Formats: sequence, C-alpha cells, structure tokens
Amino acid sequence: MTYYRPIIVFLLFGIAAPVLNEMGLLSDTTLNLWGRYFCFAIAALGIDLIWGYTGILSLCQAFFFCLGGYAIGMHMLLKTGTQGVYGSALPDFMVWNRVEQLPLFWEPFHTFTFAFILSLMIPAIIALIFGFLAFRSRLQGVYFAIITQALALGVWLIFLRNETMLGGTNGLTDFKTLLGFELADPASKRGLYIIAFVTLFASYFLCRFVVKSKLGRVLIAVRDSEHRLRFIGYRVASYKVFVFVMASMLGALGGLLYVPQTGIITPGRMDVQASIEMVIWVAVGGRGTLIGPIIGAVLVNLLYSFLTGAFPGTWLYFLGFLFIGVVLFFPDGLIGLRSRIDIKSLKRFLPRRTRTALPVAAER
Amino acid sequence: MIFDPVLLTVENLRVSFDGFVALDIDEFVLHDRELRVVIGPNGAGKTTFLDVLCGKTRPDRGSARFEKFDLTQMSEDAIVKAGVGRKFQTPSVFTSLTVYENLMLALKTDRTVLFSLVSRLSDKNRDRINAVAEQTGLADHLHTVADALSHGQKQWLEIAMVILQDPELFLIDEPAAGMTDEETVKTGELLERLTMNHAIIVIEHDMEFVRQIARTVTVLHEGKVLVEGPMDQVQNDPRVIECYLGSAQH
Repeated sequence: MTYYRPIIVFLLFGIAAPVLNEMGLLSDTTLNLWGRYFCFAIAALGIDLIWGYTGILSLCQAFFFCLGGYAIGMHMLLKTGTQGVYGSALPDFMVWNRVEQLPLFWEPFHTFTFAFILSLMIPAIIALIFGFLAFRSRLQGVYFAIITQALALGVWLIFLRNETMLGGTNGLTDFKTLLGFELADPASKRGLYIIAFVTLFASYFLCRFVVKSKLGRVLIAVRDSEHRLRFIGYRVASYKVFVFVMASMLGALGGLLYVPQTGIITPGRMDVQASIEMVIWVAVGGRGTLIGPIIGAVLVNLLYSFLTGAFPGTWLYFLGFLFIGVVLFFPDGLIGLRSRIDIKSLKRFLPRRTRTALPVAAER
Repeated sequence: MIFDPVLLTVENLRVSFDGFVALDIDEFVLHDRELRVVIGPNGAGKTTFLDVLCGKTRPDRGSARFEKFDLTQMSEDAIVKAGVGRKFQTPSVFTSLTVYENLMLALKTDRTVLFSLVSRLSDKNRDRINAVAEQTGLADHLHTVADALSHGQKQWLEIAMVILQDPELFLIDEPAAGMTDEETVKTGELLERLTMNHAIIVIEHDMEFVRQIARTVTVLHEGKVLVEGPMDQVQNDPRVIECYLGSAQH
C-alpha cells in the first residue's frame, strides 16, 4: 500500500514531466522551477533529520546549502574561461575588482570531481568541527539555535565582502557550461531537472534507511530525553554530530544542484532569514515524517512563486499568516492534518447505511 | 555470615551545592549480589548518592571504587559500560517510542553510531527482550507507545530497561512510587530475583516495601550515614526514630 505510492510519484515527476516538456506541453520555466523546488526539498530532508527527528534546531542550514552552491558555482565560472564579459580567464567579478591572479583556494575548483567532492566535504567538515565543539560542551535547545544563527550571520557577513573573493554581494553568476553541456540549452535544463528529482528520490530513501534503523530510534530518543539516553550508555554527542553532518551534506547537495538551475548564487541565499524559512518549510509540511518536509518545501515555494506574482506588495502577509496558522492550528504540519481529522466525526454526514463501511482512522 | 567479594567501596565522599553539604559519606561498602536499601528523610542525600555513582553529579572529593574503576572520574556512558545501571525516581522512558523500541535501545550492545546504523537485532536478543518484557509484565504492551502506559507500567519499563543493560550493579530510585499494592509486591519479588545475580542499591520511602525486600538497610540523614544494619535493628534504633520524627515535625 505505502510502497507503490512513491513509484507513482516517481513516474509522474521523473518521467512524465520531462517528456511533456520535450513535447512542448510544459514550459521550460515551469520545469526549471520544479527542479529548484526539489533541491530545496533535499535540504529540507536534512533539516527534518536534525530538527524533526532529533529535536535540534539548527539555524544555519542555508549556509550549508550555499556552500554546496558556491562550490559548483566556482567550478562553472572557471569553466567559462575567456567567454566572460571582459574576455579574461579570470571570473568577471575579479577583473572588476582588479584582481590579477586567481586566488589559491579557487584552484581545486578547475576540476569537476574536486569541486563536487569539496562542495560536500567542506560543509561536512565545518559541521563536524562546529558540532563536535557545541555538542561536546552539551550546548542544547535554544542555545544551539542561537549559536548556529550567529554562525549563519557571521559567514553571511564574510561572504558579502569583496575581499573574500567570492563575488561579494553580487555572488557568482553568468555560468555558461557544466561538464560541457550548455546551461542555456533546454535539454540541459531537462537533464538537471531529472538529476535533481532522482537525487531527491535517493535522498528520501537514504533518510528512510537511517530513520528505520536503530540509529533512527536513538535520534528520536535524543529528542525525547537525551539525559536518559546518556544513562543507558549512549554517547549522545556522537549521534548529534552524525546527524548535524548528515543534515549539512544534504543541504549542500541541494545547493549543488540548485545553482546550475538558477544560474546565480548570492549571499542573500544564506542570510539569517533564509535558514529560518527553510525550517518553516519543514514545519508546514510536517516534521518527524520524511514526506512532510518534501511537501512543505515544494508547497511553500510554489506559494511563494504564486504570491510574489499575484500580490507583489502584500505577499509577505500571506506567508506570515500561513506560518502562524501552522503553529497555532496544526503543529504537526500538513501531514499531521490527516491524522487530526477525526474520521468518526465525519461519519455523521454520511447516509446511515454506509456508516459501518467507512474504514476506521488509519492506524499507524 | 559469609559475604561475596566487595563490589563497591565509597570513601570520604563529599558533595556540596553552593556551600550546602548534600552528601558526606565516610565509608560505604557493598558486596557482590547484595541488596541494600537506602532510606532516610527528605533531603538526606539519597538521590544525590546515586547521582554520584552514575556520573550525573561530580563530588567535591572522595572516591567510589567499583571493581577496577573509580566512578567519580568517569563519563556517564563509560560508567554504564563498566556495569552500572540506573533507574530514576520519576519514570523516564522515551515517550514517543514503543515499549519494544525502548527495550531495544537499552539492550546491552555496541553503542556506536555506525553499529546502530547497520546492525539488525539478532534472534537471541529478540528473545531476550521478550523474556524481560514477560518478566516485567509488559509482554502485552510491546507495541504500545510508552507515553500511553500507566505510571506503574512506566516504572516497570524503566526497570526492564536497566535489566536489559545487564549491569552488575543496579541503582534503583524509588521503584514502588505510584504503584498499586499488588504491583509493589511484584516489584519486590522482581528485585529479589535480580539479587541472585546482581548487586542492587534501592532507595525507597515505602516502609512496607522496605520490610519486604530489605536485608541490610543504610539510613542517611543530612548527608551522613546514620545507621547501618538489619532492618529490625535499624527500625528500633532511637537515632533513626528521632531523625524521622524530627523531620516529621516540620
């Protein structure tokens, strides 16, 4: 029952959408937009693991998302070669900043393999070190949230500076190719969409594997009572570091796939608000379930796209009310709504004869 | 009376909170397979004593030698690994997990991240979980979410979790609190069975229960060991009566 549903979704989004696009029935823009939503959903899965399952609120996930994005962005910029506006081998923003030689830390990003590995390893190592220090000293709850927010703010300020050599406020843009494929080509866009979707699908099953294992129970136990867990012999800090690293890598993976599809990455993607918004996707969809964050990420971003178009001046109010509504009325998110609706109370509206035929509320 | 070898030796132990001395024990010796009941009026330092032994509280000075270890110098997880299990006063179980999952986490196995990720429960361990669930009357509730259990059942679940850790030394804080009379008797029987293979320190307020299980009783008062000896002797000791009556007058 529950197994064929993901397969239907897979067929629908993974195969039907690109085919429709090729036939001209689905616009490139729509396909591209959905491809980006899937990237957000991958990052949201990470947030769900750390926040939904383990109960640790991390407010720097957008930073990890951007680390993945910047890494691939740097690679793509280097591959642009002399096709830039200034015809220099250096990225345009460096020419503009009168930089004459490529900074050393850009060198590894010439090769795709290195760029790919670094895009995942840099966030993982940062999360490892930061997590180790924070969790070893038993930083918990709101204190951890605040310190990750401080981290997000700090790195945002660093990325804004031109001296950081990452394009400052303007970020990295004007990418031309990735692995030899022209990014402007609709076929490449379709390819990126498919990669994003397949990666989301794989990430879902990876998270599912983690959650269903004994480790998954340990994570929930951390959420319930990490104190108790310590006294039955678990090193709680190791588990927290693990989940923080995993969440950071899922975030980076999302960012890595996102940037080739949008064609730009700026520090604006990693400001304090960006991380909070990502947490909200998960809250809206339903934390502590794996399908919830995916639905939340896609839905909130769909809504965002629609509202910014339809109500450019007031869309923020709509979004604000949605979030307040979620917190007040359905704290378990949209997924939780399903179990909150009491099927028995709905029976009253049915003709008497069918009453017994209705299934009892789904047992979980 | 022939005793088993000494398992735990506490010496010169002192704990203070902001200058207030909560615990000041010169000597406390526990033998292997001994069941010791610690009683005393509120604030006598009973729970603090267990907190020190399981690594929750660090003492100002003193030692607690358990086999080749000094428990006062070890982290919580190392203490568990060394063979000390703790049941807390208020039942603390993982409320959003089922009884079975709670027991599975407590089971004595490798506690590393990697092992937890890839390991599967062996048939032997599954049988062991079922056996302990049977022993603690939880066999019919294995797939109940722990939050839905009654207070007494939660107490038993926590005891079952300690049993599954298979410690040499059990530290049990008020096992009978919130239990019905019948449940209390059963708990007593369970502890008596356990003491055939394990050493146990029990803190208890319920005197009926203490009489049921106690062999040797240690009375703590204002952080110090007041009296130690067989139950009937301790019960009639004027100092014990005095300290209980004294605190009752407040």
